[in-house]
Amino acid sequence: MAQMASTATLPVIDKPLAQEVNPSLVTGNLSYHEVTDQVCEIVEGKVHRNWYIGFAISFSIFMMMVSMLGYQLFTGVGVWGNNAPVAWAWDITNFVFWIGIGHAGTLISAVLFLFRQKWRTSINRAAEAMTLFAVACAAIYPVMHTGRPWRTYWLFPVPNLDLNMWQNFRSPLMWDVFAISTYGSVSAAFWYMGLLPDLATLRDRAAVTGDKTRALLYGVFSLGWRFSARHWTNYEKMYLLLAAISTPLVLSVHSIVSFDFATSVIPGWHTTIFPPYFVAGAVFSGFAMVQTLLLVTRWALGLENLITSKHLDNMNKIILATGMIVGYAYATEFFIAWYSANQYERFVFFNRAFGPYWWAYAIMVSCNVLSPQIFWVKSLRTNVAVTFVMSIFVNIGMWFERFVIIATSLHRDYMPSSWGYFKPTFVDICTFIGTFGFFMTMFLLFLRFIPCIALSEVKGAMAAQAHLPGHEPVKGTTPVHAGGHH
Amino acid sequence: MDLIQISPAQNATGKKYWRSLNELSGTRGFTDWVENEFPGGSEILDPGSRRTMLKLMAASFGLAGLVACRRPEMKIIPVSKSAEDVIPGKPALYASAFVNRGVANGIQVEVHDGRPTKVEGNPMHPNSQGAASALAQASVLSVYDPDRARTVHEGATASNWAAFDKAAASLVEGFGAGGGLRILSERTSSPTLLSVKGELLKKYPEAKWAEYDSLDGGHAIAAAEMVFGQRLQPVYHFDKADVIVSLDDDFMGEDAASIEATKQFSKKRKVSKPGEPMNRLYLVESRFSITGAMADHRLRIKSGEVLQFASDLAVEVGAKTALKVLKPGDATQKWLTAVARDLKANAGKCLVTAGPMQSAQVHALAFLINQSLGNIGSTLTFSKAIFEPAQSIGELAKEMGAGTVKTLVILGGNPAYTAPVDLGFGELIAKVPASIYLGAEMDETAAVAKWHLPMAHAMEAWGDARSTDGSATVLQPQIAPLYDGRSAIEIAAQLLDGKAKKSFAVVQGYWKSVSSAADAERIWRKGVHDGVMPGSAYSEVKVAFNAKAIPEVAAASLAGTELVFLSSNLGDGRYANNAWLQEVPESMTKLTWDNVAHISPKMARELKVETGGLVKITLGSRSLEIPALVTPGQAEGSVALQLGYGRTKVGRVGEGVGVNVGLLRTSEGWAFAQGASLVATSGSRELAITQEHHSMREPDMPGRPGELRPVVREGSLEEYKKQPRFAPEVDHAEEMFDLQGGHDYSKGYQWGMAIDLNLCIGCNACLVACNAENNIPVVGRDQIRRGREMHWIRLDRYYTGTEEDPQAVMQPLNCQQCEAAPCENVCPVAATVHSPEGLNDMAYNRCVGTRYCANNCPYKVRRFNYIDWHKNITPVGEMVHNPDVTVRMRGVMEKCTYCVQRIQEKRIAAKADPAGRRLIRDGEILTACQQTCPADAITFGNINDPASAVAKAKAEPRDYTLLKEINTKPRTSFLARLRNPNPELKA
Amino acid sequence: MGLMSFFAPRVSKGVYGMMAEYDGPDTLIEACKAVRDAGYKKTDAFSPFPIHGMEEALGLPESNVGKIAILFSFTGATIALLMQWWTGAKGYPLVIGGKPLFAFEPSIPITFELTVLLSAFSSVILMLLLNGLPRFNHPVFGAKDFHKVGDDRFMLLIEKSDPKFDEASTRQLLEGTHAKSTQVVESN
Repeated sequence: MAQMASTATLPVIDKPLAQEVNPSLVTGNLSYHEVTDQVCEIVEGKVHRNWYIGFAISFSIFMMMVSMLGYQLFTGVGVWGNNAPVAWAWDITNFVFWIGIGHAGTLISAVLFLFRQKWRTSINRAAEAMTLFAVACAAIYPVMHTGRPWRTYWLFPVPNLDLNMWQNFRSPLMWDVFAISTYGSVSAAFWYMGLLPDLATLRDRAAVTGDKTRALLYGVFSLGWRFSARHWTNYEKMYLLLAAISTPLVLSVHSIVSFDFATSVIPGWHTTIFPPYFVAGAVFSGFAMVQTLLLVTRWALGLENLITSKHLDNMNKIILATGMIVGYAYATEFFIAWYSANQYERFVFFNRAFGPYWWAYAIMVSCNVLSPQIFWVKSLRTNVAVTFVMSIFVNIGMWFERFVIIATSLHRDYMPSSWGYFKPTFVDICTFIGTFGFFMTMFLLFLRFIPCIALSEVKGAMAAQAHLPGHEPVKGTTPVHAGGHH
Repeated sequence: MDLIQISPAQNATGKKYWRSLNELSGTRGFTDWVENEFPGGSEILDPGSRRTMLKLMAASFGLAGLVACRRPEMKIIPVSKSAEDVIPGKPALYASAFVNRGVANGIQVEVHDGRPTKVEGNPMHPNSQGAASALAQASVLSVYDPDRARTVHEGATASNWAAFDKAAASLVEGFGAGGGLRILSERTSSPTLLSVKGELLKKYPEAKWAEYDSLDGGHAIAAAEMVFGQRLQPVYHFDKADVIVSLDDDFMGEDAASIEATKQFSKKRKVSKPGEPMNRLYLVESRFSITGAMADHRLRIKSGEVLQFASDLAVEVGAKTALKVLKPGDATQKWLTAVARDLKANAGKCLVTAGPMQSAQVHALAFLINQSLGNIGSTLTFSKAIFEPAQSIGELAKEMGAGTVKTLVILGGNPAYTAPVDLGFGELIAKVPASIYLGAEMDETAAVAKWHLPMAHAMEAWGDARSTDGSATVLQPQIAPLYDGRSAIEIAAQLLDGKAKKSFAVVQGYWKSVSSAADAERIWRKGVHDGVMPGSAYSEVKVAFNAKAIPEVAAASLAGTELVFLSSNLGDGRYANNAWLQEVPESMTKLTWDNVAHISPKMARELKVETGGLVKITLGSRSLEIPALVTPGQAEGSVALQLGYGRTKVGRVGEGVGVNVGLLRTSEGWAFAQGASLVATSGSRELAITQEHHSMREPDMPGRPGELRPVVREGSLEEYKKQPRFAPEVDHAEEMFDLQGGHDYSKGYQWGMAIDLNLCIGCNACLVACNAENNIPVVGRDQIRRGREMHWIRLDRYYTGTEEDPQAVMQPLNCQQCEAAPCENVCPVAATVHSPEGLNDMAYNRCVGTRYCANNCPYKVRRFNYIDWHKNITPVGEMVHNPDVTVRMRGVMEKCTYCVQRIQEKRIAAKADPAGRRLIRDGEILTACQQTCPADAITFGNINDPASAVAKAKAEPRDYTLLKEINTKPRTSFLARLRNPNPELKA
Repeated sequence: MGLMSFFAPRVSKGVYGMMAEYDGPDTLIEACKAVRDAGYKKTDAFSPFPIHGMEEALGLPESNVGKIAILFSFTGATIALLMQWWTGAKGYPLVIGGKPLFAFEPSIPITFELTVLLSAFSSVILMLLLNGLPRFNHPVFGAKDFHKVGDDRFMLLIEKSDPKFDEASTRQLLEGTHAKSTQVVESN
């Protein structure tokens, strides 16, 4: 695909000294028009062979998942390895894993927006899309892990007409239902609202080239947006509100997911630090996933000017920070287990590190706590290859964190008589791999049909950047300095 | 009292039966089954092959229609006083007996609209006293076993009764003096059958009647004959003994009379307040039996050394003077002396017993010791033997080999499988010109016999049997023969004149003949109704002891490894096709669906083999491969092998399950054999074990030695006297409180349960009773390997002490019915909620199956239907279901309900009491586990009523609840385990 | 019509307003200020991205989205609490884990989520309502180069309906603000 965008890629110019103070988020001294072209041509230009190859692979993996779920639906959840005492295993592990990944999108869009972190602009669109697809992947599990998936609508606040009874709103699983569905829908709205102006841009470009279908489709979805200043005011307020709301929301979601465990009586689950610990973990894994995807996109679409080393640097700093928070949580768990003087607590944590699942624990610690430490070195933080490998590491580590918490706590709890061990079946494995197929399928479609970079925001950022010392005005515009014409 | 009226005539049902068989014989499933192209064993129960299973089971569809309501042919007498007639939908109870190796256990059978569904102990029976064993509980499943023989076979070809009756008639013509006639029966105490036998031997003086029981050599009676000069039945009175020494006698486990033994034992074991006395049990054995788990002191020696031990014990107690066989300073010496001293201290109030697999000599020595301690007449009495002398299977085999046997009639028992391997009994049967085998299954013997006749199940025909004390019970049929079978009595009687007989006529005929004509009818009715024939019990016989008759014991050197042959959950293999018994975890090892070589940890290290690893056992010219199971407490140099597995012809459930260790079992090495050798081979096999060898002590971790978990709390009798609250005091958690006030349970009925761990022997009776009562599905070997067994009550076994010589404790763990149930809080759809009476209810049809409740259950007592376990049940199989309990579908959670259906039943009874509405009386509701428990370890009732048994039990200082510190407030509590160690032996 | 207005043949329906084009955000802002100071009310600016200070420059009122959305958030909280209280304590009371039929502690998460849900969606819908969207046809779509606003054009519109609108003087004013070009926008 590189060649597809090559027309638009421009040589990166040497940065004057002053730029060190305000490093460029958009390099290459692009004009607004060039930015528009570069991004829109990804959607409008002809599709590269690689895209089809990628799509074919992803889609077939996705179909594998579908067939696995079909098999399970007709045979029973027994096709998974779950047993007694480990009644939750890969199902909930994968659920938490995907939900966690889903956090980065909203976090980048909302939190960084509130903190006026302009550097978010060129990555938030992709990150939000990732959030939606990750949440969709996660949503598969709460439904399919039940014994009677065709009954899961009973988890929504509708009366059961046969028994005319209601849900138990005290169950953390009910909280999950509300948290996840709210999170999913609000993220979708946030994403769509961000898209509105860009869809309008695509509509207009299609209108010029006379492509009626595109004009019609983008026209419908852009709701007739016309870049009016009067609209922008309401729009900005709404966007600010969504950001302000999403910030506590994103924190609440993983806190509530952590309640599934924290409110139970099982040693290793019943832990008060879970909410912050889970949120940190979610940010950690989410940012790693964003890195993975952006680096691929950046390479494939040649967006080096829009996704710069500054972005990698900042994100890696966050990965380093959250990684250490997570590591601190691991340590705290052990300390508290020891400090509590509760034999069950103590045992469960020793059992994590040295019991039958020691290997899972080892992988978790080395991927999540040890390896990110290399990011203390700036050159490594901005190194594409290193960043890419690390982002994969982190996600492996975070998957194992969830597995360790769920499986190792369950497999040896209070009654030694019912201790057991969990082994996944091929259905477990194929279903999980399948979710990646689904995720990639959705992401490729996104790249194909939707501007993967928020045009209006980037241009806004360019305009703002132009006012900074050391930056020349955006190509083709006349700067007017304070107290200019009068 | 009026009697139940009779339903359809024999030939009518017979016709129907045949028609349906013809219909089904076309279906692929049936032909497949005949061609036997399916792997036997549990595999059929696994999801993969359930479709084929369905096809197979379609075979028995035809039966569904006609068996739906099959009242027995003859009038039978319901127990319940009130029932003038059967009220549809209301179950009736009928007194009968479960005959275990010739010994009767009095039972009552619950019959729903003509379907026997559940076995209970018969409270009116002097021996079982309301208790029933796991085998008895499971026997009801065999009634509906679709693999039972369905038709008469002549050779390999299907025939019919008419043909057989003709053949039988002509055979009988040719009997003459019966020179060529031999009858091989299972060991039987049936008065009717024995009287028929008498008539037969009168009519055919040269005929011989042989008996064979593969798990009891009848050595006790032989020993009595040795020392008393007459065949007598030793009757043990454990309820009178303060000190018991068992010489390799698993009297609460494998013994045929284990129920009564347990009942008596637990009377002396029960300690209701500190300071009360308790009996003391010494046990000498090679494998760790459940009696061994109850023992206060257990000595691990080879079964072959028991004889020497017995002889030395006799010397120590001064019963005889002879050279000590054991060398001085022997490890067992100290033990021996202490035991002897204890016995002497309790002369007259102690008891020494010997196991059925031990030789007559050991039994004689045991009698001798009892004699010298003055126990005979108090804790040990003798009465007329309930078994009669008969030709041994060995002698019979000789004659068969010599070709002098012209007609061999085998009445059950499958000797081709159970007989000692060196006899080659199967081939011998084939040699006999006319061999007739009456057997329930198309088994190994059926394959070689000329005629195979389907045998009626004990619940399908009239019969009778005696308990050890002689009291006789008449077996009532609960259902007309499903598969057109006949009973042993009918066939034996047919040999008299060649005419087919009806069991009812023969049995009633006998009992009327033995009682005075005047009140014969009354006695018959009373006897049948109560389940005990009045005045049938034998009276005690005064004996004169002749110690000289006991041969001297020489010090034998036991070379090589010892093999010990034991009974199993499958008996001698006769229950191999009973899925419930296949899935019952073996009490000590928790092994299901397999048999193994039990080896000691030390031997395992020497052989470099782990649990599941295959070992090759060689004994003389014979050898076989079998998975090993490392069993703590197993005697060194001794390997325990359980019989009854490795059946080659039995049916879909039992075929190919385990290894037939009988192939190493010769006539002389029949009970245990010396000089075997073991080698580990390369292979291994994943055993379906429901509980690994986790002790209550956590495994050590780097930097943390494992701590002991106070799950089963145990103390000595002394401790209990000094510190009565030793058990609850373990919870240093001071009084707990509820943040939000909690819920008020002070009003109305509040159900609770107390389980006395000091009485529980871990015999599995409760587990099987629960299976039957609550329609608990069988999941099969593969699913158990995955850890998905469904038993609502789990018998947890924990080892304490050293790995080599541990003690074991049992803990039945069902749903604890927590007042603050963690499972309820987490259910999103409120499928499990609390009833006003404190029950933790499950609404199956509301459950979506998130399994969150199972995760959050600290006791791990919830069971999940991972797949549809019931998919493979036939219409006939469904007949065993209890109509009062829902059959759970795929994807829902289930667990113990305290038998809520029984609570409701009694509630209705109390409200609709003819004498006026009343409260439910204490003890009126019996949960299935409680009702069948031979040790009376379980009490259940209303904890709000201070007078109730359960309230009293919970008030005992030993009472504690599990995991008090998490404040779940369980309704089930446990009474701590006690042991009564001999101070002398305190290491 | 609507969307397809791009491709529809232009037929004059009279003047809708006067549109001027600028080369960048800075010049546009300046122009807006000028027009505002000249006393024009019915004006609007068009730019590919929201320009900082545009409200002030055009003299636009502050958006009401926030004020109204807050009401909806309270509604969300109320619905959530009522639902949990009624279903648990009134509609079908069940003793669960020996806990009270209703308590605030376990009701917090769902209350929070519903609050968020309603306020989020209300603000989105309000934005659309206040902007009169979706609306697929509008006179400005007819303006020359208007379809490039989404790309890199900056335009300022003075509507004819403005009392001070006068074709000649308004054009003069606009041309005085460094406009690259000016044009008359026709109604449709």
